[in-house]
Amino acid sequence: MALHAALIAMALVVLAPFVWVIAAGFRTQISLLTGEFFFTPTLAAFQDVLFSKSSDFILNFRNSVIVGVASTAICLVVATLAAWSLHRMRWPGWVVHLFLAWALVFHMIPPITMSGGWFAMFRALGLDNTFTAIVLAHVTLNLPMAIWLMSVFVREVPDDLVQAALIDGASTPTILWRIVTPLVAPGLAATGVLSFVFSWNEFAVALTLSLKQTATVPVAIAKFAQEFDIQFTQMAASAALSIIPAVVLLFLGQRFIVKGLTAGAVK
Amino acid sequence: MEWGAARSLALLRMSTQITTLHDDVRWRWISFSPALVIMLVLSVLPVANLVAMSFFKITWAEGRSTWAPVGFANYAALGEDPLYRASLGNTVLFAAVSVTVQMLLGFALALLCSKALRARALYRMIFILPILIPGIVVGAIWKLIFNADFGLVNQILELVAIDPVDWLGEPSIALLSVVIVDVWHWTPFCFLLLLASLESLPQDIYESAKIDGASGWQEIAWITLPLMLPAMLVTAAFRLIVAFKVFDEVYLLTSGGPGTATEVMSFTIYQRFFTENRAGYGAAMSVSAIFIVCLLLSLALTARRRAGSAT
Repeated sequence: MALHAALIAMALVVLAPFVWVIAAGFRTQISLLTGEFFFTPTLAAFQDVLFSKSSDFILNFRNSVIVGVASTAICLVVATLAAWSLHRMRWPGWVVHLFLAWALVFHMIPPITMSGGWFAMFRALGLDNTFTAIVLAHVTLNLPMAIWLMSVFVREVPDDLVQAALIDGASTPTILWRIVTPLVAPGLAATGVLSFVFSWNEFAVALTLSLKQTATVPVAIAKFAQEFDIQFTQMAASAALSIIPAVVLLFLGQRFIVKGLTAGAVK
Repeated sequence: MEWGAARSLALLRMSTQITTLHDDVRWRWISFSPALVIMLVLSVLPVANLVAMSFFKITWAEGRSTWAPVGFANYAALGEDPLYRASLGNTVLFAAVSVTVQMLLGFALALLCSKALRARALYRMIFILPILIPGIVVGAIWKLIFNADFGLVNQILELVAIDPVDWLGEPSIALLSVVIVDVWHWTPFCFLLLLASLESLPQDIYESAKIDGASGWQEIAWITLPLMLPAMLVTAAFRLIVAFKVFDEVYLLTSGGPGTATEVMSFTIYQRFFTENRAGYGAAMSVSAIFIVCLLLSLALTARRRAGSAT
């Protein structure tokens, strides 16, 4: 009983901020500022965030979806091929080690240190303020994690199957597509969910690489909070709306999230 | 029989090596090159460029940059920059305190949750939620909750007749407030990894410990902790990496203030580059951050090797 009391208390600590903020989104500015406990819920803040002329939230949401889906798709293809190449084809040891060591170091570097260089680079290429720039940056940021995760799954593909296919005369692309891909499907799901979440959440690089038309959800929320005259209820409403994808993924893909976050760390 | 199978398999391997060698080399390159090109162009090149920039004084005017070589002056200036020292100190303090608290809480939660047989999946689902939320949204939520006038925290304090606290505006408390937010955000991550490790421990050891009459605390101290040490080190390393990079929450909650109370590495670098137009100096700061990262990484790898050889 004490066990469940402790767990329920912790669950409340986790959930209370969400509940409070979602509730704040349904208040009026005055009701929030006076801090009255009972209030009549109103959709005004949500309507402002979604439909008012001064707010681009729907556009930002769409931008985040585009960047998230595109960067995840590219990341999965590139990472799976690289993981297969590094672990199952005969590269000299130093190539594998050097590449993975750099990927690890790069993963530890604060992304903000990269964004200045990326900004200059993409501008020189005429790609400033495009989705291409943000997508490429997110692919680069997530690639080390994706290669690392896919390596865990690629290594488990039984060698006998591959050998048998080679004997039957299958080419490397056929083997990759017909044998490896189905076998690492759970790994692709885990890596895909995480890569989408990380892209959806990424702020520092999106902030420096985007302007009004390409701004993602985190960039928009930061704008809300930085305005001189903060619209607290709208800030709460937009925060509540931006949690939706996480909640959807939690219900649909909890298994893959857990697998992705724990693979490699345990053992 | 077995020997025969093994031998024919070995023969098959030899023959396939010969027949597919050409194809192999070609596809070895094709499959690796996308990742290689991306990492070379978008990570190695910018880092090399950063290193080069750190030896220049770079000024932007009318869309053009002028580079004036300054040798090691940017690096020399780091040591005398009070902002840099504050940010380094704050980052180390922030990472050390928040990761320690997260590991302790996460371990306690994992132990509790592993004992809860029925509702474990439900608890795990609730506890995962904060990990999936954008850092900037976590910042927005807590900026409202910590609001001195109407925030949830001060409302609760008012109920128990404690004076309101200016959580984000009071220099002595601001960093603690950021730590609290980070603990709320990332304890679930430690919990998740430690729970997975806990569930993978061999159960027979616990049964024999029970027979020998070990108490619950003895089990934790002499069986669970030693067995989980490698997983704990990995978890702490993951967390330290992300804590060292902290930017989003600080950007939104305090913007480094009040004064330099919550100035952290990423935020200081951001200011040099994007609000102060001191790219050369910012680059030197970035290179020093990368250097510190490499130092931490080699320390962590050494520690893991030690832990690995000890068990």
